[in-house]
Amino acid sequence: MRFWRRYGAAVLLLALGACFLLLGVRRGEAETVLRKAVNICMECIGLG
Amino acid sequence: MGKLFSRLRRNARTAIQMVFFALSNGYAAGFWRGNIYKGPGKFVCVPGLNCYSCPGALGACPIGALQAVLSSREYKFAFYVTGFFLLFGALLGRLVCGFLCPFGLVQDLLYKIPFARKVARVPGDRFLRYVKYFILAGFVILLPLFAVDIIGQGQPWFCKYVCPSGTLFAGVPLLAANPPLREALGWLFTWKAAILASLLLLSAFVYRPFCRYLCPLGAIYGLFNPVAIYRFQVDQDKCVACGKCRQACKLNLAVNKTPNSAECIRCGDCLRACPTGAVRWGKRR
Repeated sequence: MRFWRRYGAAVLLLALGACFLLLGVRRGEAETVLRKAVNICMECIGLG
Repeated sequence: MGKLFSRLRRNARTAIQMVFFALSNGYAAGFWRGNIYKGPGKFVCVPGLNCYSCPGALGACPIGALQAVLSSREYKFAFYVTGFFLLFGALLGRLVCGFLCPFGLVQDLLYKIPFARKVARVPGDRFLRYVKYFILAGFVILLPLFAVDIIGQGQPWFCKYVCPSGTLFAGVPLLAANPPLREALGWLFTWKAAILASLLLLSAFVYRPFCRYLCPLGAIYGLFNPVAIYRFQVDQDKCVACGKCRQACKLNLAVNKTPNSAECIRCGDCLRACPTGAVRWGKRR
């Protein structure tokens, strides 16, 4: 009981985070992130 | 021996920051080849502001990844990246800023320069703190989502026009190692280099100016500070309101009143400064 009072919100957010992560993978968002991250980002380095 | 132990304890955070920086930017070959790591590690977002175009980066920057998803034609909400924010935030809150962010480490090291006179109270601090929320809402979410071209593709506005971490960790080493890239330099790089130079200079006088006023990632993690598993408690029976926690806090926070302020980066200076042990993390007595 004390555990839930102290950490309940964090545990719920962790569970929600895990669900969002899985949902994102299922929707193909992880591939979008990978595609962006494996190519040099011209905007990030200041070349537009 | 006691002195050595005390010194080690004082510098433990810097050591952790350096180790994490080395681990998350472990693709050393990228620095001399002038290219970036292209492996599966880039599926995963790292907790701190670590540009994925840094030659050494083994993971993806969460703010860059968020803009990449929001600015694409396919998605209007980034579940994947929000999932990482929820996981890191609910576990650690802004401990990420204090211990795991490479750009935070750079600012910390610059603040250690002894001859620069430190500014404890920045004029307009109370209002400037809100600028990071404006940057988060505008440059990271709304502009990438709605300022789109004819085919529905947006831009990473924060990375393009603001991010000093990308300029320092990706722009500078890639441009140094790639003569063809240097030929493409223009006004945008000048603008970003000016932002970077201003922040680096300011960091010698003001503690963490970027984290305090501009960082959208800090704005997100700050929201988790009151509920994160790693959070502070103040035992009011032990607190003698001596103000030593506030004196020790380089962000000038009244820790005994708001131990879980969204501004706190969990450096832990207040824990060490408290003479009665009233400020603690996690445990409630």
